[in-house]
Amino acid sequence: MADDLFKLNIDGRDIEVPKSYTLMQACEEAGAEIPRFCYHERLSIAGNCRMCLVQWKGAPKPIASCAQTVGEMRMNPDGTPPNILTKGDYVEKARNGVMEFLLINHPLDCPICDQGGECDLQDQAMAYGRSGSRYDLNKRAVENKNMGPLVKTIMTRCIQCTRCVRFAAEVAGVEEIGMISRGEDAEITTYLEESLTSELSGNVIDLCPVGALTSKPYAYNARPWELRKTESIDVMDALGSAIRIDAKGDAVMRIMPVINEEVNEEWLSDKSRFIWDGLGRQRLDKPYIRENGKLRPASWGEALSATAELLKGDASRMGIIAGNLVEVEQAKAALDLARSLGIQSTDCRPAGAKYGLDGVRERYILNPTLMGVEEADALLLIGVNPRVEAAVWNARIRKAWLWNDLKVGVVGEPVDLTYDYEHLGIGADSLAGLFSRDSVFMEAFRNAKRPMVVVGEQALLGDAGLDVLNAAHDLALEASAISEDWTGFGVLHNAAGRVGALDVGFVPGEGGADTAEMLSGGVDTLVLLGADELDLSGLGSTKTIYVGHHGDAGASKADIILPCAAYSELDATYVNTEGRVQMTTQAVQPKGEAKDGWAIFRALSDVLGKTLSYDSDAELRQVLREQNEVFAGLGFAPGASGHAALKEAPAKPQGLVKARPFEAPFADFYLTNPIARASKTMAECSLMKRGLETPVAAE
Amino acid sequence: MLQDKDRIFTNLYGVHSPGLEEAKKRGAWHLTREMLQQTPEWICDQIKASGLRGRGGAGFPTGLKWTFMPKEVRDRPHYLVVNADESEPGTCKDREIMRHDPHLLIEGCMIASYAMRAHACYVYLRGEYIAEREALEKAVREAYEAGLIGKNNKNGWDFDLYVHHGAGAYICGEETALLESLEGKKGQPRLKPPFPANAGLYGCPTTVNNVESIAVAPTILRRGAEWFAGFGRPNNTGTKLFCISGHVNKPCNVEEEMSITFKDLIDTHCGGIRGGWDNLKAVIPGGSSVPMVPAEQIMDAYMDFDTLRDLKSGLGTAAVIVMDKSTDLIKAIARISYFYKHESCGQCTPCREGTGWMWRVLERMAKGEAEHNEIDMLLDVSTQIEGHTICALGDAAAWPVQGLIRHFRHEIEDRITQYRAPRALVQGAVVAAE
Repeated sequence: MADDLFKLNIDGRDIEVPKSYTLMQACEEAGAEIPRFCYHERLSIAGNCRMCLVQWKGAPKPIASCAQTVGEMRMNPDGTPPNILTKGDYVEKARNGVMEFLLINHPLDCPICDQGGECDLQDQAMAYGRSGSRYDLNKRAVENKNMGPLVKTIMTRCIQCTRCVRFAAEVAGVEEIGMISRGEDAEITTYLEESLTSELSGNVIDLCPVGALTSKPYAYNARPWELRKTESIDVMDALGSAIRIDAKGDAVMRIMPVINEEVNEEWLSDKSRFIWDGLGRQRLDKPYIRENGKLRPASWGEALSATAELLKGDASRMGIIAGNLVEVEQAKAALDLARSLGIQSTDCRPAGAKYGLDGVRERYILNPTLMGVEEADALLLIGVNPRVEAAVWNARIRKAWLWNDLKVGVVGEPVDLTYDYEHLGIGADSLAGLFSRDSVFMEAFRNAKRPMVVVGEQALLGDAGLDVLNAAHDLALEASAISEDWTGFGVLHNAAGRVGALDVGFVPGEGGADTAEMLSGGVDTLVLLGADELDLSGLGSTKTIYVGHHGDAGASKADIILPCAAYSELDATYVNTEGRVQMTTQAVQPKGEAKDGWAIFRALSDVLGKTLSYDSDAELRQVLREQNEVFAGLGFAPGASGHAALKEAPAKPQGLVKARPFEAPFADFYLTNPIARASKTMAECSLMKRGLETPVAAE
Repeated sequence: MLQDKDRIFTNLYGVHSPGLEEAKKRGAWHLTREMLQQTPEWICDQIKASGLRGRGGAGFPTGLKWTFMPKEVRDRPHYLVVNADESEPGTCKDREIMRHDPHLLIEGCMIASYAMRAHACYVYLRGEYIAEREALEKAVREAYEAGLIGKNNKNGWDFDLYVHHGAGAYICGEETALLESLEGKKGQPRLKPPFPANAGLYGCPTTVNNVESIAVAPTILRRGAEWFAGFGRPNNTGTKLFCISGHVNKPCNVEEEMSITFKDLIDTHCGGIRGGWDNLKAVIPGGSSVPMVPAEQIMDAYMDFDTLRDLKSGLGTAAVIVMDKSTDLIKAIARISYFYKHESCGQCTPCREGTGWMWRVLERMAKGEAEHNEIDMLLDVSTQIEGHTICALGDAAAWPVQGLIRHFRHEIEDRITQYRAPRALVQGAVVAAE
């Protein structure tokens, strides 16, 4: 399509680029490096830092390359392509001047600045700055602003690039950061100096090109060059965001996002980013056995034989519940052991959502994929609050709403999702006859080319759960959302371990009890795999064995505790809500005597004389691949390839009419799992969210 | 010299009533309906032929600017926005139009809107202009009541005029900052392109014109483009309001022919320079943002766009600031620098950081408390600002400084030398006890 291309001559080199490119992109295409501060690929163009100036031969002034669209450029008078220079005295002088202006009021406190070593200003000052300063007047000082427990501000360092302002307004959807005053008195601040009411606020730290906004929990803890950086996968929600775990010695020092266009773009939710202090607190570092009502440390040998004792009995009175963070390997090993012992009561749905029982994978994953929302034209959310259940994805929905005119309808709690939507009802009863309802959104939904129905876990709880799933499936079929190139029906999970556990078949076997039955006295021996979000009060005399990494609700009730490694300490498989199989990478060693989850069950199987067939996690994964082909492909979301499985209409929903309203997914976004509950940072966020001040220690 | 019969603003001094009846007697609203029966192209052609150049400072041909608007109204309405945020120090011409001849402006708004197929016009008024707002609003009411503007008016072009009062920021006189402010946002200039003619107010095609450019349009059409083009030199035609302030015997606002010489302008209307022509030191010929011109260069210069551009200055808004030999030029420019530092919006780096730097250096230079090499540095800093910013405020802040250094570098040097010269110790001087 030559019509859409534009010819340019950049630094003497002819190049053709799409007309929609900015001059900056064109220069990069031509191999030139363009310095910038305010420009960011995922934010609107501000053009205010003036660092990206280039020379356009014939133009009276240097051109801000970030703001110049290539297609709007004029040819030279003689018809040749415009000549752009990104090097040379003219450009160097321009950039040098801008850099000088940026630095005259910058404190140059790099030695005590947390951004030091990974600072755009520092790097570019080295490349484009002068060697000395001509400014010998007093520098401007700016008062620091309170931005809550996550973001530390040192506003004197701010260069007013407004990336944070644009992020808040455009991506996070909360217009709470802005620039007040003008001229050299201009300051960036949050509205009334409160922290952002966004689950994505930590991203401003990454966006800030200088050390004005830094991580408060990480402050003064480490230098970037001392950190060991490990790319891994986040487990705080079911998105499986790509992260980088930075560790010093055996401690995780910070977690940062890694670009994965298909999952998290380059954002990360606050929970995923600031959870890391919870990885060092409340950890289970050795096995415990309860004696005379009190837990006492024990050796692995003791603990395993005690566990084996409890598991030698009537298998029909034993059960296993897998929690929200359980990795595939652990679930698989536990399940294999259970089945070899004849235990059928296994369940990976602690809350009791009614998915995964028919064995059709497409009925419990997010078939349209996370990225698919950008292609959708109508999105129906049923019993799901993506803002807290999948904060990063919510930003993508907002993006589609903002730029693609995506229409959104919601059945469930009418909460602020940062975009406009039509509220269609609060509970399952609203689904009856929804498709033909007379409403603006449903009109758009019926006419949509790519309609998308997303059901949340909350919608699937209780007796009507399966009916809701079927009703949603039915809506998608009615809207012709299931075809070869578009599968507009899916479930949005909020627990990282769920899809993986469902994929290995961690559901009640033949005649087995489900979570609710197990918890109401259906078993005498109960194994909890990191399952803490349960009401254990109905257990009575049931003996519990807790396999997990944090001393939380499950551990405090347990008779035997078997400590296992957390996600930062394992090479483990997780399957995200799209059905995308991904692997974490071990960043630090497990705490104390803790072992990999699967290895505990492998050892236990030995003690019980039912030795599992695999001796290493690699062998275990080999078995996984052999038994279920979904584990064969890493990093891949099946998307519309599963449409055939959804073609068949589900059973007609029966119990919708008297169904209950959908409730909020969790009481507190910041405290959804044992790691988060051990994190001081998360506790502060939670207090703040509830309108309570962080208690300040008297000193 | 302009004869009375050729004046456009016949009530510039408020001798007569600004009311509708009186304004009609002076010629306003005469033949408006007939003008609006011509095609928009005809109006643009007439304005082009008259050689009218924008009176807000940049001097861009007004007729040409009007033709930049899309030829047809498609999905988005067109707007005319009149820039009445007259804040350039030294400039006080638009306020007189709004106070004493508002009907010329309103009529001009209507004709210009028609020429650009706009049905709505916004007049963005400077925050400090309270009396002007009252006068203009009164005139707008009169025009509505007389059925001259509004829906189904006598002139046959549906047209609404809204007066919007700004909050008093100089930067809101920059056309895109003005549009931002009009939209209710913080007044910060936008990136260009897109230019307002493509995406202006609320993203719709918009033209922003100065009050004077719009107010002269009806008379040009009534009396003919040739009449207007007959004044001044080629490419610098028409009549112009000059605002003469400073060290003249009778500072005034006056409508004069373009390309009148400076000397004629001052002698005819201002009673000469205070203390005689030998006492003239320098002139800022176009509002505080243009570089000053020393006496010997300005005296016989034509007061028009091209002559003053050749003198490395500009006609700007034709706000002539005259400075005699009693003037401390360094202090004067330091004060102007302070103004630009104060009014910088803070959006882009060179202006935000550079204007304060220049001001601080100049304040020291005014006392002589500086180094000789700082003069070159100051010049260098000013060129680092000029042309590197989003809007022209950076240029406006840099030019006065450059003008000072270009023509009066010796004065700065002398002051520094003087300051550094050893001073005689005075015997018995009283030292304050601290």
